[in-house]
Amino acid sequence: MKSFEYARPETEAEAVAFLGEVESTAILAGGTDLTSLLRAELVTPARVVDLKRIPSLHEVTKVDDGIQIGSLVTLEDLAKHSLLSNYRSLFDVVDGVRAIQVQGSGTLGGDLCHLPNCWYFRSRYGLLAMENGESLPEAGDNRYHAILGNSGPAKFVNASRFAPALIAWGAHVRVIGPAPEQAEWLPLEYFYVTPRSNAQGNTILKPGQLISHVWLPDAGRLASATYEVMQMEGLDWPMASAAATLKLESGIIRQASIVMGHVAPVPWVAQEASRLLIGQPLNEETASVAADTAVTRATPMSMNEYKVQLARTAVKRALLKAADQSPV
Amino acid sequence: MAERKVGWEPQGQHTIIGKEVQRTDGKQKASGQAKYSNDANPPGTLFAKLLTCPHAHAKLVSLDVEKAKAVKGVKAVQIMAEPGQEIRHEGWPIVAVAAERREYAEDGIRAIIAKFEVLPHFVDEADLKGAEAAEITDGGMPAKLTKSLGTNKKGDVEAALKEARHVHKGYYGVHTITHMCLEPHGSHATWDGDKLNVELSTQNVSGTAGQYVKPLGVDAANVSIHCDFIGGGFGSKFAVDEWDVACAKLAKTTGRPVRLMLDRPTEMQIAGNRPSAFADVTVACDANGKITAWDSHHWGTNGPKGSTVALSVTPYVFDPPNRNRTATGIITHCGPDRAWRAPNHPQACAYTDTALDDLAAKAGIDSLSFFQKNLDLTNLPHIYAPELEIAAKLMDWKAKWHPRGQGAGEGPIKRGVGLALHTWGGGPHQSNVQLKVHPDGTVEISMGSQDIGTGTRTCIAMVAAETFGIPLTSVKVNIGSNKYPQAGPSGGSTTIGGVTGPTRRTSQQALWKIFDLVAVKYNVDLTTLAAKGGKIWSGDKDVCTWKQAASLVGPMALELTGGPVTEEEGLTSKQVGGVQMAEVAVDTETGIVKMVKMVAVQDIGLVVNRLLARSQVYGALIMGIAYSLSEERIMDNKTGKFINANSTDYKLPRIGDIGDLVVEFYEPESEYKRGVIGLGEPPVIAPGAAISNAVANAIGVRVPVLPLTPKRVLESLKKG
Repeated sequence: MKSFEYARPETEAEAVAFLGEVESTAILAGGTDLTSLLRAELVTPARVVDLKRIPSLHEVTKVDDGIQIGSLVTLEDLAKHSLLSNYRSLFDVVDGVRAIQVQGSGTLGGDLCHLPNCWYFRSRYGLLAMENGESLPEAGDNRYHAILGNSGPAKFVNASRFAPALIAWGAHVRVIGPAPEQAEWLPLEYFYVTPRSNAQGNTILKPGQLISHVWLPDAGRLASATYEVMQMEGLDWPMASAAATLKLESGIIRQASIVMGHVAPVPWVAQEASRLLIGQPLNEETASVAADTAVTRATPMSMNEYKVQLARTAVKRALLKAADQSPV
Repeated sequence: MAERKVGWEPQGQHTIIGKEVQRTDGKQKASGQAKYSNDANPPGTLFAKLLTCPHAHAKLVSLDVEKAKAVKGVKAVQIMAEPGQEIRHEGWPIVAVAAERREYAEDGIRAIIAKFEVLPHFVDEADLKGAEAAEITDGGMPAKLTKSLGTNKKGDVEAALKEARHVHKGYYGVHTITHMCLEPHGSHATWDGDKLNVELSTQNVSGTAGQYVKPLGVDAANVSIHCDFIGGGFGSKFAVDEWDVACAKLAKTTGRPVRLMLDRPTEMQIAGNRPSAFADVTVACDANGKITAWDSHHWGTNGPKGSTVALSVTPYVFDPPNRNRTATGIITHCGPDRAWRAPNHPQACAYTDTALDDLAAKAGIDSLSFFQKNLDLTNLPHIYAPELEIAAKLMDWKAKWHPRGQGAGEGPIKRGVGLALHTWGGGPHQSNVQLKVHPDGTVEISMGSQDIGTGTRTCIAMVAAETFGIPLTSVKVNIGSNKYPQAGPSGGSTTIGGVTGPTRRTSQQALWKIFDLVAVKYNVDLTTLAAKGGKIWSGDKDVCTWKQAASLVGPMALELTGGPVTEEEGLTSKQVGGVQMAEVAVDTETGIVKMVKMVAVQDIGLVVNRLLARSQVYGALIMGIAYSLSEERIMDNKTGKFINANSTDYKLPRIGDIGDLVVEFYEPESEYKRGVIGLGEPPVIAPGAAISNAVANAIGVRVPVLPLTPKRVLESLKKG
C-alpha cells in the first residue's frame, strides 16, 4: 500500500472540496473493497476522502414522490429500515451478500461504484485488459466475463449487486461535484458506461464527483425480487443475476421491468423481455419465454456460454420469485 | 510377578483413551493466546517482503537494488535471483527487502529495477496434445514438455476386452489445487552471536535445523527451531524454504530479528500444490459385473519437474487381472508441487472409482453391488465389505440409489448418491521421547514433535494420563522445539502412531519402576499393582495416592528416555481402508451442486481421541468437498498467470456448503488389536470420486473433470 493523505469531511460541500484539491483521490465508504484495491496498489490515490462523518449521507427519508437513501447507508441498515420494507428486491441482495461483516460495513453507494472483479483488471491489466492491442479476456480465460454488450473492448461485467434491482425500480442517483454546490439527479441506468478506453472508467463519475443519494419511487403495490446465481453459500460473487419489478392486477402483468447483473459491462436492461410480459399472466411458461428473450442476443465468449443459461435462469426465477411462485 | 508387557489395555478397558477429549490447547487457540510464527514480534523486529517475478517464463536480464537500499526505513536487501537466470514460473523470488515497517519494505520493493525478457510459456495442464506440440525454448534450448513416466502391463488386456460383456471408455480429470494453509509459509529469525533462533511454521521441527547449515554456514547445533502452533501445513511445510534462508540472512546482515511470511498470492503461486491428473480410461467387466480389464493413460503436471500421479496407484485400490497403465508428465510454467494430504491417492481415486461407476451404470448394476462384487480385487476386502454395509445403512443407500438420472426430483433439482473406497498406510514415524515423573506427581513428556492442528499434544498427554492413572492436567507435554528428543516430521498420517507408541511404552516402564518402589515401601504384592484414578491399587484395595507413590522416586525426577516404536511391540500398525458415500442435490438449470450428506466409515485401528479423530475426518471431508466442487488453480493460458491466486476467486466451501457429515469408525476387536494407526490422509481421498458419482447418479451424465463447477455441469448436461 502506498502512502496517502487521509481526509475526513463533515459536509457534502467539504467532501467535494477535498476531492477537488488534489489530482488523484479515492473515496472511502464502507471500505470493503477499497482496502483490497489499496493493498494491491490497483488504486494509488494521493488522498483518500472518508465520507463516513457526513450525516446527510446516512439518512433514509421520505420525500414527496418516493424515498431518498443516503449513499453511506449500510446494507444492514437498509434491510432494517421501515421505509424500505416494500422493496423486496433490495433485501434479496442484502441476504445474498451473506457475510455480516460486509452487510455491516458495506454501503449502498460503495456497491454502486464497486470496480469490476475481472481477474485481469485485478491483476493490473487495466479495466479493458488490453495487452499489445489484444484483449486478454478474449484470448484468455473469460469464464466469468460478459455475454452481453461485449462487442467493444470492454469484456468485464459490472460488479454492482444492487444496480439491477434499483434500475428495475426506476431509481435515480444524485451526483455532486466537482464544482461546489453542483448536484445533478439522473436515472441510475445512465450512470454506467461501457468504456472504450481505460481512462474512461465504467461510470459517468468524473474526478471530484460522488454519489450522495439514491432516490426510489414509491413502492406502491409493485412486487419485486432479485435472483442471484451463486455457486457458494458463503461470501461469493454472483455468476449472473436478475431483478424484476412487476405490477400485477388480478394475476395479469400490467408493468414489468427486468434488469440483469454480472452479464455485461453495465447492468443490462431487458426491455424486450419486459415488454413481452405486459398483459400476460405470470407463470412458469411466460417467465420462461421472457427469460429466453432476455438472452436471445447474448454473444458468449470462448469459455462462458454456460452463463447464457445462468442469466436465463436468473430472469425466470426473479420473475417467479417476485410473484411468489418460486419453484426452488 | 505379572507379565510386564508393553501394550494397550483390552478394548473397552481404557479410562481416557478412546474417549472424546477436548484439545488441551483449545482455549489458547480460541482466545488468541496461542502464538504462531506469524505472531512472533519481539522488539526490534524488521518486516521483510519479496519482490517476485510476474511472468510465467522469463529471463532475469538485469537487477538494480541500489535505490531500494536508500529508501526510508529499509534496513537490508537480499538478492535471491541473479541476472541471466531463467525464471520458470510466476512468483519466483527475486529480492527480499527488510524494513522497519511493512510499508517501508513495500516502498523498497517498488524502488527495485528488475528487467525481464519474457519467454514463451505453457501452463495448460489438461492439454496433452498441446504440450506435445508446444515449441518452447528452455534456457536457450528447444525443450520437450512431455515426459514418459512409464508404462506397464499385466495379463492380456486386448483379449480381455474382446471377451468382456461391457466395455466403458471415459475421460476423467482433476485440476491442480493448492494447500491454502491459513497461516502462510514463513519464519521469524533472530541471531544471538553464532546462534540462530527460528520461529518456523513447520511440520518438521526436528528435521529443519540442518537445512540452515549449508546456506548460512551455521553449525547445526547452534540452530534452534521453534514451532508451538502452525496454521496448517497439509504436506507443504517440511522444508526450510529459500525465503526462510533469506529471512535468516537479512537478520544476520541487520543484527535485528526479521519476520518474513509470504503474502497470499505468493503463497498460492510458489508454496506448493497438488498435481493435476487427467486420464483416458477403458475398463471392462463380464456379464456378472466382475471387472476383467483396465487400460489407462493418465497425464498432468506438478510444475517445472513435469510429473503427475504415480503409475503404481493406477487403477486405485482395485487390481483387475488384466491391466495396462501409462503415465505422461507435462512440464509447465506453473509453481512446483509439494506433498498434499495423501499424495497421489485422491487423484487416482478420482479417475478410478468414477470409471468403475460408469462401467456399473453401463452394466445396469447398482454401484454398491458392483463395488461389493469386486472387493476381492482390492487390498482389504475384509475391511471394505463391512464398511460398505455400515455406510449403506447410514446413507440409507437402498432407498436413495436409483438408476442414473431417474431419481424423483423436485423441479430442476435432482438428487443422487455415489460411493468410493480408499486405502492408506499410516504406520508410525520414528520419534524419541524423554519422560520425567516428578516427585510431586506431575509427569513431563518432551518430544521434538509438532502439533499440526490434529491434537498431537493432547493425544500424547492422554496416553501418559491413561498409563499413570492421573488426570490430564497432571501431564505436561513439551513439543515444538528441536531441542527436545528427535521426532519424525508430521506427514503421511505417521504422527499419532509415532508419538503415542514411545509415550505408552516409556510411561509403562516408568510406572513399573514406581510399582517396584511402592511394593517395597508399602509391603504389597507387586503382581497385584495397578494405577487408576490418582491412586495405586492392590487388587481392590488402595495402597497409596499417586503423589505418595511418585514421591518415592527421591528428590529428583525419575527420568526415562525411549526410542521409536517398532511393529513387533503391537502398539501401532499400518494400512487402513475407508468407504465414503455422498448425496448431492444438483440444480440442473444452474449446474450448482449442493452437498446434502456425506458418510465416512473409516478403519484406524485403536482410536486415541474420538473427538479429535472425528474432527480430523470432518476436516478431510470438507477439504474433499472443496476440491470436488469449487476449488481449483486456474492458470490463464494467455498470460501464464495463476489468475485466481486470491481468497475471492479461489473458491473454498463455507459452513453452508458442506451438508450433513456423518463419521463412523470401524473398530471391531480385530482392528482394535492392531493398535494406533494414522488418520490424517485416508478420509481426504475418496470424496472426489464419491461426489462425482453422486452427481452422475443425480443428473444421468458424467461430469468428467473436478471440480464440478456450474460451468462443467451445464456443459456436460448440454452434451448429454
